[in-house]
Amino acid sequence: MADRTVLIVGAGPAGTRAAERVAAAGLRPVVVDEAAANGGQIYRRQPAGFRRPAQTLYGFESGKAVAVHGAFAALGDRIDYRPLTLVWHLWESEAHLLTGTTASRQQYDALILATGATDRIMPLPGWTLPGVFSLGAAQIALKAQGCAIGSRVVLLGTGPLLPLVAYQYARAGATVAAVLDTSTLGAAIRALPALAARPGMLAKGLYYTAWLLKAGIPFHRGITPTAIEGTDGVAAIRYRTADGIERQVACDAIGLGYGLRSETQLADLARCDFAFDAVARQWLPATDADGRTSTPGVYLAGDGARILGADAAEIAGKLAACAALQDLGIAVPDAEMAAYRAALAPMDRFRVGLDTAYPWPAHFAAGLPDTAVVCRCECITAGDIRDVAREKGAPEVNRAKAFSRLGMGRCQGRMCGAAGAEVLADALGVRLEEVGRLRGQGPVKPLPLATGIAP
Amino acid sequence: MSTPVAADVIVVGGGIMGAATAFFLRQRGVKVVLLERGLVGQQASGTNFGNVRRQGRFLPQVPLANRSRGIWGRLNELLGEDAEFIATGHVRVCFRDEEVGGLEAHAAAVREYGLDLEILSGNALRDRFPFLAPGAVAGSFSPLDGHANPRLAAPAFGRAALRAGATVVENADVVGIEKTGDDFLVETVGAGSYRAPVVQISAGVWGGVLSARFGEPVPIVARGPQMGVTEPMPYRITPVVGVYSSVPEEGIYFRQVKRGNIVWGGGWRGPALPDIQRAYVDPMNTLRQLPMLRRVAPALGALRTIRTWSGIEGYLPDDIPIMGPSGKVPGLFYAFGFCGHGFQLGPGVGDVMAELIATGTTSTPIAPFSITRFATP
Repeated sequence: MADRTVLIVGAGPAGTRAAERVAAAGLRPVVVDEAAANGGQIYRRQPAGFRRPAQTLYGFESGKAVAVHGAFAALGDRIDYRPLTLVWHLWESEAHLLTGTTASRQQYDALILATGATDRIMPLPGWTLPGVFSLGAAQIALKAQGCAIGSRVVLLGTGPLLPLVAYQYARAGATVAAVLDTSTLGAAIRALPALAARPGMLAKGLYYTAWLLKAGIPFHRGITPTAIEGTDGVAAIRYRTADGIERQVACDAIGLGYGLRSETQLADLARCDFAFDAVARQWLPATDADGRTSTPGVYLAGDGARILGADAAEIAGKLAACAALQDLGIAVPDAEMAAYRAALAPMDRFRVGLDTAYPWPAHFAAGLPDTAVVCRCECITAGDIRDVAREKGAPEVNRAKAFSRLGMGRCQGRMCGAAGAEVLADALGVRLEEVGRLRGQGPVKPLPLATGIAP
Repeated sequence: MSTPVAADVIVVGGGIMGAATAFFLRQRGVKVVLLERGLVGQQASGTNFGNVRRQGRFLPQVPLANRSRGIWGRLNELLGEDAEFIATGHVRVCFRDEEVGGLEAHAAAVREYGLDLEILSGNALRDRFPFLAPGAVAGSFSPLDGHANPRLAAPAFGRAALRAGATVVENADVVGIEKTGDDFLVETVGAGSYRAPVVQISAGVWGGVLSARFGEPVPIVARGPQMGVTEPMPYRITPVVGVYSSVPEEGIYFRQVKRGNIVWGGGWRGPALPDIQRAYVDPMNTLRQLPMLRRVAPALGALRTIRTWSGIEGYLPDDIPIMGPSGKVPGLFYAFGFCGHGFQLGPGVGDVMAELIATGTTSTPIAPFSITRFATP
């Protein structure tokens, strides 16, 4: 039994807890992670030589960060840890790995995908100017390197990350020129019953907002961004207030994001079934309550399955590990799995609450000018997408991609896919789910042509 | 059942062969229905390399390729859409002295068919194409060949056929096809039924299932080309490049599109599953292709692959297609199974098939491609 290989992709909260649980069963899992150090994005480690304390780096979450880092460190040699390694493809129960420019393969009996999430982006005119970062990237710059993205920063979008990043920037001494939130106070109030499923999280969100207001940082809700101005870089953001008044804020950098989207390409390459998730407005791999996908031996945990956040990811990691162990014929106490499932239940209610409070502004897609770039890798505009929808009869996203190159660039639709699908659905006058989803194709991220096969 | 829609010709399969046939039939005033199970040009026609290459072909196919090349040259005016055809030239290079003779012999043979190739060797070859590795011994350059965008060409034919008056029905899965009296009756799922005295089967690898229903089974198999594309870089590699080698795995080919990306394929084929309409790239094949690309053009080693893909192609044991009239059923025609080299031929096949169907004969020889070569006595 001990020769069974459990491969875990990702060393964030979900991957760490999955590895811990598999190791506890006496197996030695392989943990592959793209980063140089474990922790994932949320508990990202600072580079060697940086000495900020955990409290500075992770704030209220420092206790959890330290615990997750400690749990990983304690695993030591009981796991086969491969940092700086990308799983670029999956094929016949083997993961194709890339470390630098060396390719290798790793067979697995069970595969736990804990691949996390990236920012969800809704484009606007000017978003490709130098100085525009995703909200998550703005946070990483601060967390990893102690850098701000600019000297006068606007944070734009919606979601729990928006006030948090603003708070972290302001606390770190950066000038936050404004926080521009597209969601409304009314929506937040409507979401309160669902958000009350996790009172601690709700309280932290309120704290950040209150702190920003007290610090005198302009915080505007219900706004509609119009354009980012500038020639060689960001000079200002233009927006409309909730009352319809045009405003402009001078700034030299913008952090932009509307919540998160699950990273699902590996599940796609594992040929898992997907289902449309109306809350996320994203096609997500279908799983059972424990993280089992439709592909035998493939499991999902954490934000890569659904955006439930780091606390839920830790539980989901353990639960998916239990499911994998069980399917490998290793006894797992029923009560343990039942406890994880019970702990996850309020998280899902909270997820619905978050989406109510901070809705993805799907309707902005319809208002994008034809000249606005949607796919930044290939420079495909909203007008290009509308043209292939209306003039060339593309009824779904893969056809739109074939005709227009939308999502054909370096990011393979990871950045532009969500908004591109919204623009297409709007142009066709159909619901988002009717335009389907981009088919996943390897490599998950660019593969150097200099790559050689490990001997 | 509702009354079948009547036409002169029903074309089953809307790849580039079927779409071009429908277009050229309309040019001849024939009433045509094009039935496509999915979307026009979505399978092999839309996923291939995009080569508009005549050199290196089976010799009796060169007249057909020449006719097709003529159409490629005026495709935009013919269709009113841009399929991104550019006559960049096509160069086949070899890396072994003993292979030079093969290139020279081919050049001499195709000259008989009006295709002029230029043989370059050593420094002259590398002066002309400085991206080639020092190990390239000789090359055969076909100046009027080039490449086009496979994602655009077949759909452009489909839309042009529609504008010219063809009935083009997508999402029309043909489930029944039989000849009753003088007419064929074709039934689809959810897209009605159709009646015509002439049917053309141009359904790629799926054509074999249909020909078998008419008593003409063929030993066709499905395979997927192993394609890849790099991130864009400045436009430097003008011609399409292919390797001429006695070792099949060395047979890599690539082209740079004006946007800057380098598209490649060759060497290996992957699994294709016609039943679920999916074909895959085996990642090991991608990894094996990389050193073959670097062998031809070392500078490619500085780039990164951003995507790989495949498609479902139909291959026959003699590596040439099935094209022409049925050997058994009057009014039935075939154009399928182009063995991974059909894209260049597509416009010519459509033109020839339309001529054959409308006039009963064609000026371009296609006898070697007759389905009767697989007939069992």
